[in-house]
Amino acid sequence: MKLELRGITKRFGSLVANDRIDLTVEPGEIHALLGENGAGKSTLMNVLYGLYQADGGEVLLDGVVQHFEGPGDAMAAGIGMVHQHFMLIPVFTVAENVMLGNESTKAVGVLDLDAARAKVNEISARFGFHVDPDALIENLPVGIQQRVEIIKALSRDAHVLVFDEPTAVLTPQETDELMGMMRRLKEAGTSIVFITHKLREVREVADRITVIRLGKVVGEAAPTATNAELASMMVGRAVELTVHKEEPKLGEPALVVEGLTAVDHIGQLVVNDVSFTVRRGEILAVAGVQGNGQTELTEALLGLQPRVHGSIKLDGVELTGAGVRKILESGVGFVPEDRNEDGLVGGFTIAENLMLDRSESPPFVRAGNLQRGVLAEFARRTIEEFDIRAQEPEELVEQLSGGNQQKVVLARELSRELRLLVAAQPTRGVDVGSIEFIHKRIVSARDQGVPVVVVSTELDEVEALADRIMVMYRGRIVGIVPGGTPRDVLGLMMAGEVPAEGAAA
Amino acid sequence: MSDPTMSRGDAPGANQPDADVAIEEPAAASPEQGAAAEDAVATASGPGGGGEVPPPSKWLTMLNQIATGNAIISVLAVLLALIVGAIMIAFTDEGVQETIGYFFARPGDTFAAIWDSVAGAYSALFQGSIYNFRRDTFLAGIRPLTETLTFATPLIAGGLGVALTFRVGMFNIGGRGQMLIAASVAGWIAFGFDLPWGVHMLVALLGGIVGGALWAGIAGVLKARTGAHEVILTIMLNYVAFYLVSWMLRTPGLLQAPGSSNPKTPAMKETAVFPYLLGPQYNLHFGFVLAVLATVLVWWILSRSSLGFKFRAVGINPNAARVAGINVKGMYVYAFLISGALLGLAGVSQVLGTVTSGFTAGIDAGIGFDAITVALLGRSTPWGTFAAGILFGAFKAGGFSMQAAEGVPIEIVLVVQSLIVLFIAAPPLVRTIFGLPDPEGRKKRTRKNVTKEAKAQ
Repeated sequence: MKLELRGITKRFGSLVANDRIDLTVEPGEIHALLGENGAGKSTLMNVLYGLYQADGGEVLLDGVVQHFEGPGDAMAAGIGMVHQHFMLIPVFTVAENVMLGNESTKAVGVLDLDAARAKVNEISARFGFHVDPDALIENLPVGIQQRVEIIKALSRDAHVLVFDEPTAVLTPQETDELMGMMRRLKEAGTSIVFITHKLREVREVADRITVIRLGKVVGEAAPTATNAELASMMVGRAVELTVHKEEPKLGEPALVVEGLTAVDHIGQLVVNDVSFTVRRGEILAVAGVQGNGQTELTEALLGLQPRVHGSIKLDGVELTGAGVRKILESGVGFVPEDRNEDGLVGGFTIAENLMLDRSESPPFVRAGNLQRGVLAEFARRTIEEFDIRAQEPEELVEQLSGGNQQKVVLARELSRELRLLVAAQPTRGVDVGSIEFIHKRIVSARDQGVPVVVVSTELDEVEALADRIMVMYRGRIVGIVPGGTPRDVLGLMMAGEVPAEGAAA
Repeated sequence: MSDPTMSRGDAPGANQPDADVAIEEPAAASPEQGAAAEDAVATASGPGGGGEVPPPSKWLTMLNQIATGNAIISVLAVLLALIVGAIMIAFTDEGVQETIGYFFARPGDTFAAIWDSVAGAYSALFQGSIYNFRRDTFLAGIRPLTETLTFATPLIAGGLGVALTFRVGMFNIGGRGQMLIAASVAGWIAFGFDLPWGVHMLVALLGGIVGGALWAGIAGVLKARTGAHEVILTIMLNYVAFYLVSWMLRTPGLLQAPGSSNPKTPAMKETAVFPYLLGPQYNLHFGFVLAVLATVLVWWILSRSSLGFKFRAVGINPNAARVAGINVKGMYVYAFLISGALLGLAGVSQVLGTVTSGFTAGIDAGIGFDAITVALLGRSTPWGTFAAGILFGAFKAGGFSMQAAEGVPIEIVLVVQSLIVLFIAAPPLVRTIFGLPDPEGRKKRTRKNVTKEAKAQ
């Protein structure tokens, strides 16, 4: 089925999220929609899917103008969407989820589960999905859950499939499998719209690439374009994708962790007997698949984990058991993994967020009084120094983009006198331009002699920053290897395989 | 997914985990691993993994929205409530009922009767609460206003207490209990001791405030220590306080007046009673000055002090507050102590200012609950609460004269008050009725998908 979007315009108040966007997807084509977070990709797809009504323009399927009042209409017309957040019911089986919203019944309203099972098996077999129709969704890995979403769409005869950032939650292997599935779907004649901001994936699988920036189509690119070309189209200027950094000037061992163990609320070991050392002027990157104890490790370092054994020494001072306040005061800077949840108070202004973890002592507080003048001046200077794009220091943080929010967190932590920086997923959900900036600041903190622990699930980031790489798997350290270790070695380590030539650095 | 904080995840800039990098699991282990990963994700997005702070619930988000919304909604809610009140006045009016019988013959009569009843009622409300034109002198005419301020005094103090807990993301429904305890302590000091003028009053005042603070502190400590919900705690403590005070009022040697069998205390001693501000012909007492001072104090705490900064941080995002080294549990306790102190002030002002002839277990007069309304109407800001307190004081003062002069049932005033709360709790309703744009709603919708678009520059 041929999908055409002509002159789609969508406004939110004064903001034009989509400005006369044209897009054509030929039958059996994988068309990548590339753009930064906030460029307008999702809005466009929501217009296509009937979730938003466009203020202008039209949607055509095989040359026929469509009017979608809601997702139901879009589905009926043959458009399927695989959402970033899966729309599945965890306690239902695959077959039940697939038939949900489109239930076929036998006599007296009995659900025809067999038909649903057959359908799942049929689609599964056709595209090599390997999905058991009777498995409960909650027991399935994310990658398989995504396949269920795809099956669900296909079971309703979707001829145009929209994938909204499908790889965000997948492991590299699952990503590869997804690419394979997309190719098979394409061969079967399905048109695919693939929304992403990851350049590598686009180049691998797309037939055509449309780049969107600030709600406008800025151009088309061929899959042969280089990463740098695509990145500069997305951002609108040349971007350095790799951070230039000097050789580390290693100093004394600063952070010494020995036998650190953390237990979660149901008694499971989430960090299991972890020991490592970080020296002054060094970046230790902690790599691993999401959920292998990295989060808990950083929280343990900050005193946020309640059940911790072992020893954490910073410059010879024991931190285990000290409260968060004391640990922060001893010079630990922390960029939490989820800035909205743990890093920022959304309803506070930028200025207020910049003093969030210094709410008890000078310079911002004297004799219990907020020093508003000092804070305003500090905020003004910091916003400039960290290139936070905002109207004024009094702007609410929840109104900033992800990249700028992250800069606020980073600015707050780096503007203190630091003796250790712990940054968890420092560039998650951050635009390409800001990533560059954040990486530079982290490296410059290292160059000033601060020991840095960076946790990242993005291998690109690990490679860009690390002086040494520590790989975690199921709460344990698999190994600590030098910065330049090849990806495939790291990949195996992330699966729990200890490297052959015990390259512990 | 069953993430309780999903709504937060939709906030600007939120992004899904980019678990871009991973490795295939051996097929046999994969379901288990998937579940483990799920768990880990759930913990990670939950209460900072530590389980120390309960995750901000939808309830908290809703509370924040209701309690700190737009001031214009407050004004429109009052206006709407008055309009609905007018309709009810008209319908309950005998003149209107009579004329409506021959409406089609002489519709003018009905309209005249409606006008008479509504205008009469609201002008009585005005004259009973602000200025009485039927009096000869200004000094006599202005008396209703001083009555309004007298009624407003405990409402302001109590409203500030409730508003403060709103700002820390909590709901203090225990105003009644805190007022009763405060009134009992203050009253006991005021009638049971002989101290010099001034000193006596101060001791009684402080005693009452401390009593209220400690009573609320029980809820604060239980919440902080055990994670119990403050709404249930404070409601139940209301009963405990009520029956405790009732028992003391019936027990000779405690609060009961000697030689009496009524559950009532003796009169307060002259040395402890709040002085009149404008002389004995007006009821307005020193408590009003204290209410004004309390408003200034709460304003200072919330917008100028380090403590208030931490209060507000905890109120909006307790997780981030905890990660920033703020003692979240401590803030719960402090907030309840201060809130209880303010409701205590309301209780003290009742026994030392308004009803000095001895009190019963009904001394709180529902103010502990009205305070919630006042705080909501005041959008949990100190001066907003002050203004809302005065409005409600006016309703109380004017309600009586409305009933006396026009025979309008006093319940109408209560209906109006209730409607105000109803409208405040339903901003979209008010917006729809007045055809206002929906800035928040649009932002929210944008937030879901455009968010990031919005500020890409």
